[in-house]
Amino acid sequence: MPACFAMPGTELLHQVLSGIANGGIYASVALALVMIYQATHHVNFAQGEMAMFSTYIALLLINLGLPYWVAFFLTLVFAFVFGLGIERLVVRWFNASPVLSVVAVFIGLLLIINGAAGAEFDYTIKPFPSPFPSNAWYGSPFMSSHEVGMISVTLIVLAAVFVFFRFTPLGLAMRAAAQNPASSRLVGVRVGWMLALGWGLAGLIGAVAGMMAAHVVYLEPNMMSGILLYGFAAALIGGIDNPWGAALGGPIVGVLENLAGACIGTELKLSVALVTIIGVLTVRPSGLFGRTLVTRV
Amino acid sequence: MATLDTPRPAAAPLFAGLTFRTWGLLALVLLFVAAAVLPFSLTNFRLSQVTLVIIYSIALLGLNILTGFNGQISLGHGAFFAIGGYTTAILLTKVTGIPYWATVPIAGVISAGVGFLVGWPALRLEGLYLALATFALAVATPQILKYKAWDDWTGGVQGINLDKPGAPFGLPLNRDQWLFYFCFAWAVVAFVIGWNLLRGRTGRAMVAVRDHPIAAATMGVNTARYKTLTFGVSAMLTGVAGSLAALWTEFVSPDSFDVFLSIRFLIGIVIGGVGSIPGVVFGAFFIVIVPNWASDLSNWVQTLALPGFLSRILVLLSSPQVLFGMALIICVALLPGGFGGIIRWLLRVIERDAATPTRPPS
Amino acid sequence: MSAILETRGLSAAYGSTKVLQGLDLAVEQGGIVTLLGANGAGKTTTLRALCNMMVRASGEIRFNDRRIDGSATEDIVRMGIAHVPDGRGTFVSLSVEENLRLGAYTRRDSGVAQDYERVYGYFPRLKERRRQQAGTLSGGEQQMLAISRALMLRPKLLLLDEPSFGLAPLVVQEIFRILRTINKQEGVSMLLVEQNASIALELADHAYLLETGRIILQGLSSTIASDESVRRAYLGY
Repeated sequence: MPACFAMPGTELLHQVLSGIANGGIYASVALALVMIYQATHHVNFAQGEMAMFSTYIALLLINLGLPYWVAFFLTLVFAFVFGLGIERLVVRWFNASPVLSVVAVFIGLLLIINGAAGAEFDYTIKPFPSPFPSNAWYGSPFMSSHEVGMISVTLIVLAAVFVFFRFTPLGLAMRAAAQNPASSRLVGVRVGWMLALGWGLAGLIGAVAGMMAAHVVYLEPNMMSGILLYGFAAALIGGIDNPWGAALGGPIVGVLENLAGACIGTELKLSVALVTIIGVLTVRPSGLFGRTLVTRV
Repeated sequence: MATLDTPRPAAAPLFAGLTFRTWGLLALVLLFVAAAVLPFSLTNFRLSQVTLVIIYSIALLGLNILTGFNGQISLGHGAFFAIGGYTTAILLTKVTGIPYWATVPIAGVISAGVGFLVGWPALRLEGLYLALATFALAVATPQILKYKAWDDWTGGVQGINLDKPGAPFGLPLNRDQWLFYFCFAWAVVAFVIGWNLLRGRTGRAMVAVRDHPIAAATMGVNTARYKTLTFGVSAMLTGVAGSLAALWTEFVSPDSFDVFLSIRFLIGIVIGGVGSIPGVVFGAFFIVIVPNWASDLSNWVQTLALPGFLSRILVLLSSPQVLFGMALIICVALLPGGFGGIIRWLLRVIERDAATPTRPPS
Repeated sequence: MSAILETRGLSAAYGSTKVLQGLDLAVEQGGIVTLLGANGAGKTTTLRALCNMMVRASGEIRFNDRRIDGSATEDIVRMGIAHVPDGRGTFVSLSVEENLRLGAYTRRDSGVAQDYERVYGYFPRLKERRRQQAGTLSGGEQQMLAISRALMLRPKLLLLDEPSFGLAPLVVQEIFRILRTINKQEGVSMLLVEQNASIALELADHAYLLETGRIILQGLSSTIASDESVRRAYLGY
């Protein structure tokens, strides 16, 4: 057994910090999943592909010569419209459909987006730039500058989302629509559009995750499938209906991934996500902070 | 119209002079005759495609029993397919003395065992969450297969190569022809098992568990036992299919059992008709034929030499993934019963016509 | 005075089950009308039909002489009709203040800030609890919150579904007293659905009695309240 028990302190610190940095990506994906789940009780299996496609758009913009952050923000706009469009054009028609139909629709979206990315951008692995230069002052042997950057971006995104939901009228309306659609209609909130906005925001947040991740795992159409798995694990650990839980679940999963990787070997990391998912679902389905799910007899 | 004097016809409804039962038997006879003759009327390539359809039919039957009849959504049946395939590959290459035909039932048993074990934690997961967990399994499967610790057995990233079996007893058949009969025989076994299971008490219990689990439990149906049993049977059939597939492709490798394989199985049962037994054949046909059509389509599009933008859109639309995805969504939206639903509707129409007596009162 | 709300032949069905069989009722400008009846008579359905929520409604509905049947709930709200549903319908995970803010969601004018104070004036208990989560309030306080949220719309017409349900008599008295004040001071018309006939008849000017989806009695509430045989036969007291 493992090297991991004999790991020197500095190495352990690096694994933990790096895990927290990766956790930022997982937290973003988890937050996107939770946002959609809270409002619709659907799990968006296509979340990863949406993020991947947005990242390709970002690369397109960067290759056109735009500076990184300009491309970044334009991509966020794209991702928002993309998510909103998917809800209004496809998903809304299946809101009352049986579970299998909804799952089939989401898988269908996954396939379409994945296939479109492959057809349009081809399957070669592409490097994706990082806006955080590798020799920046905030880099260190414990955390690369990109990892510091990832955590910062994640925190900014989480903060922005928090402020939006807590302090803006639209954010309040969206929260209301997710919790109590009937009463929301009685105060004049257009619940359908709130759902669409939720999808747009989820797409936007996913795109952030995609762009941060692409520098690490390289851009190719299947890059997000593993990350999506970690996003599921993070969302479940935090409680699938709790956005705060997602924010915390991310780093937890990230650190777990790295430590398990050090112990069992990096090639089984996905199995760690799998075991986490099954473990949480069978032992404590409501996660750390979620409301208890009613499991049918 | 029947009056008090003319007795109502006591025989079963007729269609073109024969009962439904007779028609059914006739169809089966036709099927066997066709199967006997097919290998001699098709090219090897076409024949092997048909064989693949048969193999996928068995896999889809397995998945449909679980998802269609018992209501447990699995997005991870590729894992059982892999277990079947690797069992056969390993037994044929790493273990001596086991003939190829014996590896198939062994693969089935091992798959069934794993399926039964998976069925236990699955008991606690409802619909969406089971889909999520099995999706995770599908994504993790290739990595698990590549794990270094069992490299010696699985052949690691390169996988294992095997040979298609030759015809026994010196029969004058080439390997593809023999494999066709071999797979057809297993399909008959699989469908007989499936049919009996679903028509009998077990089948009704399975459906009861799917539709009204609480009511079923109060009527004494041991829901847990039926759900795990169904998982086991489902895994067994898909494992058998995986074993046959290994013989068909003549190799197994981790990346051929990725998440898209499991997704194709889902597509197969949705298009074929969730809960429809004859539908699985159509579903299998669909998932085999679409990649072929897709490449034909994209070749044809290239020849059209359309303006860049239009051409790009069409190339996009002719990607097999995109076609599968659109088919899924369109099928769920417009044709929720899939192909099997169409068949059932046709049968009902025919039955209604057949049941109305056409004899005028005397 | 013309009617602020008028219905002609209002019918409603849940799926294929017809619940309302053609109602003709009216609420005067600034008046209070109560809809009485036993459980299952169709009272809640009437309010839902007016807001086009959860039922398939047909027939004519006029609000300020304008046809609103078929309009979306969200648009009906914007015209100035506020509905306090049965069960209160509060957003239990949100704070009291957030509930009120949502009440004013559709308003674009600048008077919203003062309306908080106005509403707290009617229900001082809410002001004390304004940062509390709505789900932790007592039943009476939640009812007050539900009414306040509706008031934040500055509605012309207030629909109330069984506001006395599950509340202690003293609390009910307080709430109904405040409703009368609101009606007098601001001229908000009200359509009140109630099972507690006595207190409803005290508040309202007019009353309709509903039985299995039909109006079987209507008139001034004072007349109905003073008719002992009617009271005993239909109103239970």
